[in-house]
Amino acid sequence: MTTSTPAPHGTADAATAGTPATHGDRASGGLLDPKQMIKSLPDALRKLDPRTLWRNPVMLIVEIGAVFTTLLAVTDPSVFAIAITVWLWLTVLFANLAEAVAEGRGKAQAAALRKAKTDTIATRLIGWTPGARANGYREEAVPAPDLKQGDIVLVEAGDIIPGDGDVVEGIASVDESAITGESAPVIRESGGDRSAVTGGTKVLSDRIVVKITQKPGESFIDRMINLVEGANRQKTPNEIALNILLAALTIIFLLAVVTLQPLAIFSKGYQGAAPDTQAITDAGVSGIVLVSLLVCLIPTTIGALLSAIGIAGMDRLVQRNVLAMSGRAVEAAGDVNTLLLDKTGTITLGNRQAAEFVPVEGVNAATVADAAQLSSLADETPEGRSVVVLAKNEFGLREREPGLIPHATFVPFTAQTRMSGVDLTPDVGPARRIRKGAAAAVMKWVRENGGHPTEQVGQFVDEISGIGGTPLVVAEHVDDQPARALGVIHLKDVVKTGMRERFDEMRRMGIRTVMITGDNPRTARAIAEEAGVDDFLAEATPEDKLALIRKEQEGGRLVAMTGDGTNDAPALAQADVGVAMNTGTSAAKEAGNMVDLDSDPTKLIEIVEIGKQLLITRGALTTFSIANDIAKYFAIIPAMFAGIYPSLDTLNIMRLSSPESAILSAVIFNAVVIVALIPLALRGVRYRPASASKLLSRNLLVYGLGGIVVPFIGIKLIDLVIQFIPGIS
Amino acid sequence: MTVTTAGVLFILSLVVALVAVHKPFGDHMFRVVSGQRHSRVERGIYRLVGVDPAAEQTWGVYARSVLAFSAVSVLFLYGFMRVQNHLWLSLGFDPVMTHGAWNTAVSFVTNTNWQWYSGESTMGHLVQMAGLAVQNFVSAAVGIAVAVALVRGFARRRTGDLGNFWVDLTRITLRILLPISVLGALALMIGGAVQNLSAGTEITTLTGGSQTITGGPVASQEVIKELGTNGGGFYNVNSAHPFENPTRWTNWLETFLILLIPFSLPRVFGRMVGQNRQGYAIAAVMAILATASITLTNVFELTGNGTVPQAVGAALEGKEVRFDVSNSATFAAATTLTSTGAVNSFHDSYTALGGGMLLLNMMFGEVAPGGVGAGLYGLLVLAVITVFVAGLMVGRTPEYIGKKIGSREIKLASLYFLVTPALVLIGTAAAFATGNNSTALNVGPHGLSEVLYAFTSASNNNGSAFAGITVNAPWWNTALGICMLLGRFLPIIFVLALAGSLARQQPVPASEGTLPTHRPLFVGMVVGVTVILVALTFLPALALGPLAEGL
Repeated sequence: MTTSTPAPHGTADAATAGTPATHGDRASGGLLDPKQMIKSLPDALRKLDPRTLWRNPVMLIVEIGAVFTTLLAVTDPSVFAIAITVWLWLTVLFANLAEAVAEGRGKAQAAALRKAKTDTIATRLIGWTPGARANGYREEAVPAPDLKQGDIVLVEAGDIIPGDGDVVEGIASVDESAITGESAPVIRESGGDRSAVTGGTKVLSDRIVVKITQKPGESFIDRMINLVEGANRQKTPNEIALNILLAALTIIFLLAVVTLQPLAIFSKGYQGAAPDTQAITDAGVSGIVLVSLLVCLIPTTIGALLSAIGIAGMDRLVQRNVLAMSGRAVEAAGDVNTLLLDKTGTITLGNRQAAEFVPVEGVNAATVADAAQLSSLADETPEGRSVVVLAKNEFGLREREPGLIPHATFVPFTAQTRMSGVDLTPDVGPARRIRKGAAAAVMKWVRENGGHPTEQVGQFVDEISGIGGTPLVVAEHVDDQPARALGVIHLKDVVKTGMRERFDEMRRMGIRTVMITGDNPRTARAIAEEAGVDDFLAEATPEDKLALIRKEQEGGRLVAMTGDGTNDAPALAQADVGVAMNTGTSAAKEAGNMVDLDSDPTKLIEIVEIGKQLLITRGALTTFSIANDIAKYFAIIPAMFAGIYPSLDTLNIMRLSSPESAILSAVIFNAVVIVALIPLALRGVRYRPASASKLLSRNLLVYGLGGIVVPFIGIKLIDLVIQFIPGIS
Repeated sequence: MTVTTAGVLFILSLVVALVAVHKPFGDHMFRVVSGQRHSRVERGIYRLVGVDPAAEQTWGVYARSVLAFSAVSVLFLYGFMRVQNHLWLSLGFDPVMTHGAWNTAVSFVTNTNWQWYSGESTMGHLVQMAGLAVQNFVSAAVGIAVAVALVRGFARRRTGDLGNFWVDLTRITLRILLPISVLGALALMIGGAVQNLSAGTEITTLTGGSQTITGGPVASQEVIKELGTNGGGFYNVNSAHPFENPTRWTNWLETFLILLIPFSLPRVFGRMVGQNRQGYAIAAVMAILATASITLTNVFELTGNGTVPQAVGAALEGKEVRFDVSNSATFAAATTLTSTGAVNSFHDSYTALGGGMLLLNMMFGEVAPGGVGAGLYGLLVLAVITVFVAGLMVGRTPEYIGKKIGSREIKLASLYFLVTPALVLIGTAAAFATGNNSTALNVGPHGLSEVLYAFTSASNNNGSAFAGITVNAPWWNTALGICMLLGRFLPIIFVLALAGSLARQQPVPASEGTLPTHRPLFVGMVVGVTVILVALTFLPALALGPLAEGL
């Protein structure tokens, strides 16, 4: 939908939104604009309210600490106390900023959606029944928000559809760009799988009668707005678990810091001759330093960014035109073990295509191609078109316009004859009739015209069927001669390019792919092998699908699937991740926990990657946050206690210039690292499909080892600068 | 043979022996805890207690059984000590005073065996044998039973049942602890440990003075003291006493017994979850931490630090010459790495960093390899926390042995690892805040270490004493008693609740996307999490104690 309005955060997003991401920047997000940070500043300030902040215990502790040091700095001002206080407040502010920026990205999108939600006046039909005559019911005008579930409304060309519903009568072209960002109109008609319409979209032609299926105020657009704004965002299960761990770490460090005081007083008393410092006096460690130590130790980095990571994860989905009804579903996507993919449209191109001309003995392939092409000119089915294309590609046979061939009478394809063809009756020479079509039908035609289909034809037909293809026989009947079969056209399902690589990736990620198809097992196996899926379900009915999902789940596996039809709804509801196509029925959209506005079934794969990326980002930043503590200890412990026990200066391995500068440097680093990591939190950690072992080694190296090393460098650099501030060194 | 060579040989021979024994012995323990057939004696016990051995217990019932059994044990032991003057073999000792009896009752029931008293001059033989020694067996069995229950949580699927505590307790005591104790006691007697019911023998010393040489059922008590990682010595000086630990080879045997069950339990874990390699990974974490700790303790003690140690080449003060520095250091590391707390040397006299290392061993939560049972469940909890962070980093809801680590599991694991640091830190701070640290014999950083060590030892159920501090006072006996009690049973409750929550789950089948928890990378990560979590929690306190003194 970002394509419908100017993207608020730079062009990089607009370019990726709605288009399949290339391999390189798969599941990447947007760039961070400094302007956006400034724009989010007022929101960040508002979030300082402890009533808002209590949801984030780690940052609440920092804020309480900041209030405490503010009091201390006011009663006993010093450059050190003021500097620490300022940076503690900045730490909280930066955390709020991260969340505000993440939310801000959604807000712009929500604003665009609200525009679509104009208050229209609906034409409600009272007493309407299917097929009712014009005088069998009456019309009344009601404001769209007053519509209830089950109301019947009439929408005519130029009208905005007043609410979500199903078309119960008529067919119309609808502009859904308000939702999907796609400007090409789509067809919506009663019955079938294309009956769902969305409130806020516009009917361009014709008239339809729509039965409203939404409850007031719970329209698709309402939900989208809530979603992108992050309003009433529920914490996801893993987020809750991580919060518990962070809270536990915070409690431990709180204990470690609070219980330090009696020990410090004892130690200072023992070394009575040691001079008082800003860090420690006979009364113990100063409040400012204790708070600094606490803030540096508790996991502020991940605590500050956790919420932003979650919001940004949902946002990445929205940018790909996928609406997740809950964060839980996004997380579940990362856990998926089994992916059910429909064959048609997902794995293969929509229709079967001609792949090969197989001539019988005594005929060359070019002749078959020529005959096949001639007989297919009038065949407007996709299969027929593909024959023409193949003849052109393989034998350079230019497509001939049916009207330009003299004396030709075309026989179009019908479901009854199951053949198409052409009768050539030149002025000179014998007439020639060519037929192409289903093997049984064409062979019968050959026999009727005095010919005998050779055994070889039967053999070709069986072979092609055996490997999952569809054989079409091409035959000709020249006057005064018996009809004869020329050869066989091999039609087959064409697997979309790149699918095999995709499935290999899935396998590396530990995800099993299962192809669902209505084909017979033989055909299904052939396509499954070609596409490289792990398994297939042939001759699948909706019940089979549901049973398969249940079976997988009983084995402890999580299942994801896509679907669009009403009969997919039970399976969509049962699957852990059910992605409904936006073109699908309301029932399907209601049953799934995600809706793909582009109605692209392959997007499931991207959804899985986004789910994984969300978890990885959280884990990586948690590791980074905890690893940071080591360096901070090396800065603060000697700063606190080297005054009492000079030998502890050995721990000052960064050689920081003074106790005050050491503590302040650690606090500044702690705050700055939050801002530095906001882009990463919003964009997500780079993810490439790989095995768990590889992912772990890589992320551990970058965020674990990096988390240990980076703060040593960062704190030292900050110290080099701030040591020149009077009162610090 | 130099001291260093002897020390290295001592360690290497221990490693070889443990590697050789852990498999058959672990398999034996596996059969004991998963077997269904009961001996006649066991059936008799079940009938006596009124237990149906086939009945399974949920985590709640299992936990209540543990708590009820332990509560009765504490009350019994307390009463026993309070009336010991009326009992047979009391050797004429007075009843133990209230706070002391409370402390000792809790201490032995919690497998801590912290001793504020001198055994030879406080407890009669009957209290030693029928009271304390019994707890040496059953408190060890309780630890193993809880660990087994947790492993069942991983191994079982879609059930609330974790086994039967009474059956586990009986089988572990009768089939694992008792047979080895009998064999071990015989070996120790051959080595020279005493075993009698003597009330003491008067002798005339060379200088003409008179001395009472005490006797008692020492060897039998000594062996379960080590095997059950109890540590409560018959004598005040514990395994430094020649009647408890006469020679170098008995010293080797006792160290081996300390490490035997803790290092074999990972094998039981591997067998029970049906993936031996998972057990090896846990054993590897234990081995890495233990090897590093033992090596460092040896280095600190052998290179010495301070005027006297450097002059004589090693820190000999407080160590028995018959064991030498290295063997003492290895024993000290082993006893603090497990929850044993037996000592064959005076930890207070260790170099500052050597003593700090012993402190750190306990602060790890005693997981390398830890107390019998307690070490395994402690390390599994750490593995759960590691899996959680590592699992997120591979982009999946974390899972360990097929079980998902969700918010409930993390909550229980977090509560588990909060308990002991909280007890240690609050206890130590309280001692300083209330001035009770004044009973420490030293001032400055060493005095701080003495107080810190006391609370670390009690809260982690170790029981070893740094010494150098008088704890036979109401405040200390009460405070340490509370630490021991909470430090033992709160974690047990959390572990059992965790087991219950894991057992209910349907395991997730492993795939390429599953974090492998048996590879070196994960092993290293568990080691890292253990070290970092501990270091981060205790570093400020350690800085004012061993670090201030030793750097």
